[in-house]
Amino acid sequence: MKDNQKGMTLIVKTTTRLLFGLILIYGIYIVLNGHLAPGGGFAGGLIIALSFIQLLLAFGREPTLEKMNINRSLYLSAIGIIAFLVSMSLVLLGSGFAARLIPLCDIAVALMVSAGIFAIFLALILSSEIKEGK
Amino acid sequence: MSLYFLCFVLFCVGLYCVLRKRNIIKIIIGLGIIEYAVNLFIILIGYRTQGRAPILDNKQEILNMVDPLPQAMVLTTIVIGLALTALVVSLAVRIYEKYGTFDITKIRRLKG
Amino acid sequence: MELHIILLFMIFGAIVAVETRDLISSVIALSAVGLGLSLAFLILKAPNLAITQLVVEILCVIILIRGTINKDLPLVRDGRWLFNTIATFLFIACFLVFAFFALKELPNFGEPLMRVSQGYIADGLAKSGAVNLVTAITLNFRGYDALAEAAVLFAGVIGVLAVTRKTGKSHER
Repeated sequence: MKDNQKGMTLIVKTTTRLLFGLILIYGIYIVLNGHLAPGGGFAGGLIIALSFIQLLLAFGREPTLEKMNINRSLYLSAIGIIAFLVSMSLVLLGSGFAARLIPLCDIAVALMVSAGIFAIFLALILSSEIKEGK
Repeated sequence: MSLYFLCFVLFCVGLYCVLRKRNIIKIIIGLGIIEYAVNLFIILIGYRTQGRAPILDNKQEILNMVDPLPQAMVLTTIVIGLALTALVVSLAVRIYEKYGTFDITKIRRLKG
Repeated sequence: MELHIILLFMIFGAIVAVETRDLISSVIALSAVGLGLSLAFLILKAPNLAITQLVVEILCVIILIRGTINKDLPLVRDGRWLFNTIATFLFIACFLVFAFFALKELPNFGEPLMRVSQGYIADGLAKSGAVNLVTAITLNFRGYDALAEAAVLFAGVIGVLAVTRKTGKSHER
């Protein structure tokens, strides 16, 4: 797309600036209430990834890569998986603590899923834009 | 019973698309339809008439609840299906960069 | 009754997605099928799944449109057409006939067996402390499934990064 370097129109950019924080907070709310209401770690992690993808689609490639480039999101995903392994082994081995550790598993799963899906999007977009320059 | 059969008809529409179309993107759309049909079938098996959603309540005892075990399995399956679709689309983009077309019969004949 | 209507809508949307020549219209029809599936999950009393299916379907549509929007739309030409179509329809008809006889053996719609789930429902709150039973099953009773799903998701991410790699050209700044 020829104007993808500059992003979309002014209405989309203003609306995205207002909505980005709201969608991020809604995703975190669904993750933290995963053991009381419908939702859980997977749905909340995907909503957090959606907020960053909306930033990427509305503003183009350059401003979003300053906030979160592909190495940083892979590191966050790896940290999420290690946190998930640690908390899962604590839940499975200790029978008295298990009631308080499911929200920790939820947070680790949300970190892992959101950073992984955002890394997939960055890889797809970087490949198709470098092809246009060839 | 008729609901199970309609679910299988949806599966067959996706199967026809995978078998008969030449464009790679149409084949990926057929894979998506097959995945939706299989998830729906697993949840249809675990439904109880006049049941309730599997969330307990502090104040009352819940006697009839729908089956929560297929729901936990399909939750995992939906997220894995997303990663699979992303992988197949990236393969299709790579094939277009190398061969210049999406037609699968032409991809078989060009070599190297 | 509502489930029949939603399933017929999904079948109609799937036929439209298969037969249209324009690629973008097919992707939009696929998203209509996904929306019908999310509504069906709500009617079948699965709110966890309805939220997850809606968000995953949005991401799927973005991936599909983003992967194909600046490519051309090829015509669909046909080669040895008649024999292939008749063979496919015969196979699908055979498959549906055998499926009809096999589906009679399943328990009736609305009366599940629930042998394993009785144990989960009975002491789910006491053992895991979570009111949402689906989250308790996913992360506590069946924790190894969540671990395997994390492994598959991460393998998918690494696969996408490996396929879209630029060989012989460094894009580090």
